[in-house]
Amino acid sequence: MTGERPRGLKNHLPIIYPAAMLGIFFIIPFGIMVTISFFKRQSGGFYTSTFDLNNYQNLFTEHFARVLAFSIFISALCAVISVALGFPFTYFITRMRRKTQVVWLVMLVSVLSLSAVIIGFAWSLILSQSAGISNFFVWLGVMKQPTSWSPSFWALLCGLCYVAFPYTVLVLYPPLSRLDPHLPEAAQTLGASPIKTFFTVVVGSSRAAVVSSLVMVFAFTLGTYVLPQILGRPQHWTLSVLITDEAIYHSNLPLSAAMAVFFMLVSLALVGLTMKIGKGRTVESK
Amino acid sequence: MMHFMTGLVLKDIHKHYGSVVAVQNVSLQIPHGRFVCFLGPSGCGKTTLLRLIAGLEKPSRGNILLDSSDITEQPAHRRNFGMVFQSLALFPHLSVGENIAYSLRVRKVDKAARQRRIDELLELVRLPGYSGRHISQLSGGQRQRVAIARALAIEPRLFLLDEPLSALDAKLREDMQLELRMLQQRLQITTIVVTHDQREAMTMSDLIVVMGTDNQVHQMGTPLEIYREPANTFVADFIGTSNLLKGIYSDIGEAAVLGTMLKIDSVPQGLPSGNEITISVRPEDISVVPGIQQGENSLHGTVTFVRDVGSSVEIYLDCNGIQIISQSTPQGRPPVKQQDAATAILPPAACKVLTS
Repeated sequence: MTGERPRGLKNHLPIIYPAAMLGIFFIIPFGIMVTISFFKRQSGGFYTSTFDLNNYQNLFTEHFARVLAFSIFISALCAVISVALGFPFTYFITRMRRKTQVVWLVMLVSVLSLSAVIIGFAWSLILSQSAGISNFFVWLGVMKQPTSWSPSFWALLCGLCYVAFPYTVLVLYPPLSRLDPHLPEAAQTLGASPIKTFFTVVVGSSRAAVVSSLVMVFAFTLGTYVLPQILGRPQHWTLSVLITDEAIYHSNLPLSAAMAVFFMLVSLALVGLTMKIGKGRTVESK
Repeated sequence: MMHFMTGLVLKDIHKHYGSVVAVQNVSLQIPHGRFVCFLGPSGCGKTTLLRLIAGLEKPSRGNILLDSSDITEQPAHRRNFGMVFQSLALFPHLSVGENIAYSLRVRKVDKAARQRRIDELLELVRLPGYSGRHISQLSGGQRQRVAIARALAIEPRLFLLDEPLSALDAKLREDMQLELRMLQQRLQITTIVVTHDQREAMTMSDLIVVMGTDNQVHQMGTPLEIYREPANTFVADFIGTSNLLKGIYSDIGEAAVLGTMLKIDSVPQGLPSGNEITISVRPEDISVVPGIQQGENSLHGTVTFVRDVGSSVEIYLDCNGIQIISQSTPQGRPPVKQQDAATAILPPAACKVLTS
């Protein structure tokens, strides 16, 4: 960074507003949550303020571990699928004429205006036995009789990827549209087939964009709460569902706060690890 | 010699994008081992022509042949050509060595052989020991050399360069012109360079292909042929400075220009008398003497400007509203100054007749 560091109250004025917003709406609630995670639950009531590590000790159950692992697994899978589909898709959009690009982007952004509830029910309808696409396959003669595919793991995965896909494209679009169109051409004159060019040059030179979109979709999907309940069976419920359950239906706020804090630490660690691997080696040393 | 079509042959090439014509009526034959420049003003289609040869574009009409085999439909990655792009297009995520060895890696050459070739090429472009460097750590001139080395890694059948030196500053550009020419002479590789800089084209090439704003080829020849015997007024005007005088041809090798009969040594055969023609005379062929002197091929006028740049002197004469520029060495400088009356002498051998 260049330039002088800001000095005195006057120079700090412009950042006071965002700093205050961040403090009031993020840091203070987060602090409250961390504090509550050390409190003791009163059965049938609220909680008493003590310092108690019991909530964290209570996390180490098989059930919690299973749900945590499943949440991380399905988020990671969703991130990989969304980026694997979104990257070539975004690349082809950036090679189109400007006007066509805008049409595609507007269509994608319009998906974002749908609420998760609507998306969830739409998918459960599409995958249902009575009105779903299996009827279409029966009509085509591919299947014998219509089946219900929802709720299931795959239904949940479809729903999550559907929500994550527009975000993936929006994250990938700026770096891919800045890619020098001569790079793939150079690769072709050097003897690389179009497919090889795509993987070695287009994907290769967009490593940072791929990693950041993976991290974004992963973190975004971890917090999903509505879709698992609509498209999944109870064994497909993510940690967010469990936390809400604990807080609202069992009114055990200290335990759910501890879950949330632990969940956040684990996901931060995973994101950090991914970024570190993503930076990785860029130049092969001799 | 028609059965002996070696080298690169372009047959009646046309390329248009929708209704926009990029290249038309191009038929060329480029022999092996030559250094060729496509020279023309911007928008004349010279880059498109190079991209057609590289296989990055498909011609709308016509054929491209290399050593008698038709490569028009062959995709770029099967042609085994080397190309240097104007933006260089070095892969930012790869090191210098990996950039250079990219084409070898694609062809599954083993690692030891790749490394040998990298060292060899870095030696050739005078960047030894740079293999592990990152592209962002290199200067403009060094990147240029890496791009050249990368294009040469597979010993390509054709070496194509699109305005390769335009991003370099003037001094470095002149050095690289010589270097590129000497490299080509050492490797004996057929090389095509696109440029809009006629000095660059004259410095480097065996053959120059001059293209015009009508997206056609106007002339192909050695640098001196093009300079001395321009095919038409466009070429005469585009290459160097030319005095273009309009006149009426009358037979017995004379033309009426500004009311004076000018003798001309060589006249195109069958040129009918009374035709409008243009006479092109290079400034260095015109001598200026002070005062009004009568004599053969003499035009009278007033000195409007003297441009003395040290290495040469240019004298601008106004002859009845027509500007004539003469150029001489400092030693041969005529004793005239601004506003003097003077006479320009146009030797009959230096007067070239252009009919278009």
